[in-house]
Amino acid sequence: MSTAQRKAGKLAVIGVPYVWLLIFFLLPFLIIVKISVSEMGAVSVNDLVTYKDGVLALSPRLGNYATVVQDDLYFNTYLSSLKYAAVTTVLCLAIGYPFAYFMARARATVQPALLMLVMLPFWTSFLLRVYAWKGLLTEHGWLFDLITASGLDRLLAAANLIPAPGQLMNTPFSLVLGMTYMYLPFMILPLYSNLSKMDLRLLEAASDLGATAWVAFWKITVPLSKAGIIAGSMLVFIPCVGEFVVPELLGGPQTQMIGRTLWDEFFSNNDWPIASTVAVVMILLIIVPLALFNKYQAEATESRS
Amino acid sequence: MSRAAVVNRWFGRGWLSLGYLFLYLPIVTLVLFSFNDSPVPNVWRSFTLKWYAALASDGEMLAGLWLSLKIAVLTACTSVVLGTFAAFALVKYKRFSGRTLFSGMVSAPLVMPEVIVGLSLLLMLVSMQHWLGFPERGLLTIWLGHLLLGMAYATVIVQARLHDLNPQLEEAAMDLGARPWQVFTLVTLPMIGQSLLSAWLLTFTLSLDDVVLSQFLSGPGATTMPLVIFSRARLGLNPSVNAVATLIILLVSIGVIVASYLIARRERIRAIDMAAAARA
Repeated sequence: MSTAQRKAGKLAVIGVPYVWLLIFFLLPFLIIVKISVSEMGAVSVNDLVTYKDGVLALSPRLGNYATVVQDDLYFNTYLSSLKYAAVTTVLCLAIGYPFAYFMARARATVQPALLMLVMLPFWTSFLLRVYAWKGLLTEHGWLFDLITASGLDRLLAAANLIPAPGQLMNTPFSLVLGMTYMYLPFMILPLYSNLSKMDLRLLEAASDLGATAWVAFWKITVPLSKAGIIAGSMLVFIPCVGEFVVPELLGGPQTQMIGRTLWDEFFSNNDWPIASTVAVVMILLIIVPLALFNKYQAEATESRS
Repeated sequence: MSRAAVVNRWFGRGWLSLGYLFLYLPIVTLVLFSFNDSPVPNVWRSFTLKWYAALASDGEMLAGLWLSLKIAVLTACTSVVLGTFAAFALVKYKRFSGRTLFSGMVSAPLVMPEVIVGLSLLLMLVSMQHWLGFPERGLLTIWLGHLLLGMAYATVIVQARLHDLNPQLEEAAMDLGARPWQVFTLVTLPMIGQSLLSAWLLTFTLSLDDVVLSQFLSGPGATTMPLVIFSRARLGLNPSVNAVATLIILLVSIGVIVASYLIARRERIRAIDMAAAARA
C-alpha cells in the first residue's frame, strides 16, 4: 500500500469523527458562551454584532454572569447541587465498593451471572426506575407504610431529611435515595472491572509476611483499586451535579438542583441567555472532575496497550 | 477454613443479597402493580389486565413508541459507525495532532450532564436554522443529540475490544497478501463483531430511553415515548406507565439474558477451539 493511500486512510479514519465532534460538540459550547452574553429578543437571541448607522457595534452583556454568581438563589442552587452530588457519590461508594469487592471474590463460575444481574437494571429504562421509586415512596404504598410503621420516618425528620414524619416524597431523602439507586451500577461496574483484575498473589504475599486480612485490605486492595474508585466516583459525581429527571420526579422545594434551574430558565422563562450562563458556570464547576475523568480514561486506554 | 474467612464469606453473601434486593425491589414492584385494579396505583386491590388492554388504544403512547423506535434504530446504526471510526483513530494511531482534544470530546458526553449537552446542541441547531434554513426541529435534531451520546458509548465499547485484539493476526493476514480493506473486513471486523453488536444494543437502549436531550431537541409533533411517559409521571402515579414499564422490562430482560447466554456459550466454544489449536 502506498504512503499516499496510507495517509489518506489515516486522514479519513481520524478526520470523520473529529470533524463531526468539532461541529456537534465543540461548536455548541462556543455558541452557548456567545449566547450567555447576548440579549434575549422576542423569539430568539439578538445578534451580538450589529450594524448601526454605518458602524459595527459589539454589545456583550456580562450582566448575566454577575446575576448568576451573585444572586443568592443561583449561588445556593449550585452549592446544593454539588452537595447532593457529593453525598450521592459517597453513598454509592459505601454501598458499591463492598458490592464490587464481593462480586470479584465470588466463585469464577458465578461472576458472569452476578455481573449480568447488575447490568440488567442498567439496561432497563432510567426513567421507569425513577418512576418506580415514586410509587414506592408515595402515601399508602407498601414501603411507605413500612417506613412510617417502623418509625424510621421520625428518625429521618429528626435528621432534617424530610420536612415532617409521614412525608417521604419530594424530600432530600427521596432525592438522595433515588440518585444513589440510579447511579449505583455506574460505581459498581468500574470498581468490579478493577478489582476482578487484581493479582491475588499480592494478598497471599502479604499474609505470608504476617499481615491480617484487614490490614491487607487497607494497605493493598484499596490503594490498587484507586483507579476504579476515581472512575466510579467521577461517573457518579459529574452527571449528578446536572441531574434533571431524578430531582424533577423525586425532589421537591427543599432540593434545588441546578439542572432543574437551567430547564426552568429555558422552558418556562424562555430566557436563553440566562440558561446559557447557568450552563457555562456549571461547566466551569465540573471542569476539574471532568479533567480528572478524562485523565483516567486516557490512562486506562494507554495501560491496556 | 479460618473463622475470619467464614465471617467474610457470609458477610459478602449478605451484602450482595441486600444489594441485589435494593436494585430489584423497585423494578419488581413496578411490574406487580401493573396488574393492579385500582385507581390508586400503589395500593393493591385486585388482579387485572385492563391497563395492558388500554395500551393498545393509547394513541399518544403508540405514536411516541413508533417515533422512538425509528430514532433508536437510526441512532444505533450511526453511533456504531462513528464510534468504530473514533475507536480505530484512538487505538491505531497513537500520535496525531489534537489527540488530547479528540479523546476529550469523545469521552465527555459519557459524563456531561444532559441538560448542558441538550441546551448547547439546540442553540447551535437554532443558529444553523437561522443561517441555513434547516434543520427543522424534530426527528432529525433528536437523532443528532442521541448520536452524540451514542457515539461516546460505542467508542468506549469498541475501543476496549480493539485493545485486546492480537495485532499478529492482522499482520499475518497482510503477510499473506491481503489488502488493508480485506484485512479489515475479513479479519478485524469479525473479531470485533461482538462488540459492535453490544454497542448497537446499548446505544439503541439509551436512545429509546432518553428524556432530557429529546425534550430540548424535539419539535412540534415529535414526541418520543419517554417524553410521553415523563409528562404523565410528572403529574403523578399512572397505571398506564406501569403497564408500559412492565413490557419494556420484560423485553430488555429477555434480551439481556439471551445475549449473556449466547456470549458465554461463544466464549466457551472459543476457549475449546483455542485449547485444541494449542494442542495440535
